[in-house]
Amino acid sequence: MALLDVKNLEVSFGLRSGAVKALRDINFSLERGERIGVVGESGAGKSVLGFSILNLISQPGRISAGDVRFEGKSLQNLNDKDMRTIRGNRIAMIFQDPMMTLNPVLTIGDQMIECLLAHRQISKAAARKIALQKLMQVQIPSPETRLDQYPHELSGGMRQRIVIAIGLLMDPDLIIADEPTTALDVTIQAEIMELMLELCERNNVALILITHDLGVVSQVTQRTMVMYAGRVIEQGPTNEIINDAQHPYTQGLINALPQMGVRGERLQQIRGSMPSLQAIPKGCAFSNRCDYASERCRVIPEFTRSGGCLVACHMVEELVAQSENKAQDGGA
Amino acid sequence: MFAFLIKRLAQAIVVMFVISIISFSIQDNLGDPLRELVGQSVSEEERQALRDELGLNDPFLERYLRFAENAVQGDLGTSYFFKEPALQVILAKLPATLDLVFGATIIIIGFSVPLGVYAAIKPRSLLSKLVMGFSTVGISIPVFLTAIGLIYLFSIELGWMPSYGRGEAGHIFGWDTAFATTDGLIHLVLPCITLASIMLPLFIRLIRSEMMEVLQSEYVKFARAKGLSPTRIYFLHALKNTMLPVITVGGVQIGTMVAYTILTETVFQWPGMGFLFLEAVNRVDTPLIVAYLIVVGAIFVITNTIVDLIYGLVNPTVKLFGGK
Ligand SMILES: Nc1ncnc2c1ncn2[C@@H]1O[C@H](COP(=O)(O)OP(=O)(O)O)[C@@H](O)[C@H]1O
Ligand SMILES: [Mg+2]
Repeated sequence: MALLDVKNLEVSFGLRSGAVKALRDINFSLERGERIGVVGESGAGKSVLGFSILNLISQPGRISAGDVRFEGKSLQNLNDKDMRTIRGNRIAMIFQDPMMTLNPVLTIGDQMIECLLAHRQISKAAARKIALQKLMQVQIPSPETRLDQYPHELSGGMRQRIVIAIGLLMDPDLIIADEPTTALDVTIQAEIMELMLELCERNNVALILITHDLGVVSQVTQRTMVMYAGRVIEQGPTNEIINDAQHPYTQGLINALPQMGVRGERLQQIRGSMPSLQAIPKGCAFSNRCDYASERCRVIPEFTRSGGCLVACHMVEELVAQSENKAQDGGA
Repeated sequence: MFAFLIKRLAQAIVVMFVISIISFSIQDNLGDPLRELVGQSVSEEERQALRDELGLNDPFLERYLRFAENAVQGDLGTSYFFKEPALQVILAKLPATLDLVFGATIIIIGFSVPLGVYAAIKPRSLLSKLVMGFSTVGISIPVFLTAIGLIYLFSIELGWMPSYGRGEAGHIFGWDTAFATTDGLIHLVLPCITLASIMLPLFIRLIRSEMMEVLQSEYVKFARAKGLSPTRIYFLHALKNTMLPVITVGGVQIGTMVAYTILTETVFQWPGMGFLFLEAVNRVDTPLIVAYLIVVGAIFVITNTIVDLIYGLVNPTVKLFGGK
């Protein structure tokens, strides 16, 4: 049984101008200890996806269709009290900006200990001991002192380590990390990412890594989902996606990466920008920016299997069909 | 802590300096002290001689410095009416006024925090809408209308509460207060409600809007993601942050409330400083007016200092005691 199973997930925001769907038809599953990357431009719906798993979408958003199953149990039907036994306990979340994630008026110790006390019947002293252990795991110097400090006394990188330590407090099965290094200094980004990878591997923790950085995804994850305007448009093994992207959007993302593009060629930005949810083109949402768009793209593409990947693109569908025909012809 | 005290002291000196200038100008221009000192029968020449003798014809600066020198030593002149040191007359009425301010503050805190928090947590509930509607209307009702309405309902119609006076005061730790006796407490209810009603709507709105903003913050989201109970999230994580701006604004407002006691005390014939002040204005008892202004200024400085101390205790990013 998969650890996490997301089926036909749809999330709507009930705005005054009517409901807009921030997520549509999201399907994926995650095994124990598996790491998956979620990439896409900002506004693609990556954060909404992360929050919807914990049923923490901000108002006026809600899950309007589909299901999230954790160890086979639907999280949709849980009442708030039961949902809280999952949050921070079985599934932990790490946020983007460590400057904003920690409460400025509570000590680091308070913010760690309260999490343990919310999930376990232990003494404060025992909780403090566990907190100390976790701070050591994330390699924070003089952890004992940190417990009595306030967030503003620590640097951004240090704070993100603490946020990670809080995530690890209850030894969760899954961590959802929403752009955990985006807000940090470039020099610290790699350090933090390495730490997360090491901790996940050592403790066999599954990871959903949300990022717009394909480079990070290629280092950390086994599988990748590419999102565009609320939909997944390509998903599959990370190495296939990085080395042989099928969807024109994914190709565009990779060509825009300095270290991934072919040497000597100019870096190419994808032209235009992602439409707002209210202004998504009919059919394929990417069609208005796509060099290969044609009439057929007025219809929403189905997923086509291409190698180990699933790709939602008419062009890829045709290419795959052609090569299959060739193979059959050759075989006959 | 040392830097904090220096800053406070400097601020206090500036405030008191401004107040003393204003007070002195008032004293200088309001009425003629000679009229109070001598009868009608004294001739104009004798008056001028007396003026010279009293130094009333000296240049402004000289007179101000003399005034300031006396003021620093606690001598603000003698009340024309009471024939006693003005400061002493005012300070004797201070406890009655502080009773009101204290009572009103308790009412404001006791109601604005729960109502504001509730309205922020459940903005769509009927009670929230009622509270917000009430506070919108409440802001625009003049104080004397509130007072008259309360007196009419609770004193005249229902006869539950007395409509004027302070009743019997007692002592708590040697401090003269109406809170010490049941009779005093009964007398306190209506004036305190009236005084509180001026600021209560503002505080409810302030707390609600601050709380709503805090509830959108990343750290509250993170607290939810940690699986904490709503009680802990609302009343520790959110409320503590909500109170920071509220404390700052609230401190200033409570200082201002001292000024509002003039109206409340007059309507309820409450024997406090405000009531005395209005009488002093009517009698052109300038030393008393000046003493009142200076005492109010001092109260303002003291409340601001206390508020700063509380703020420093709640907000860890403010270092009161040493530090970087
Ligand atoms: N609180 C909200 N109210 C209305 N719409 C929202 C809200 N949060 C997110 N959305 C919509 O969902 C889309 C995806 O947002 P998000 O998941 O934050 O993107 P990202 O991929 O950058 O994390 C946004 O473009 C926006 O239209
Ligand atoms: Mg995001």
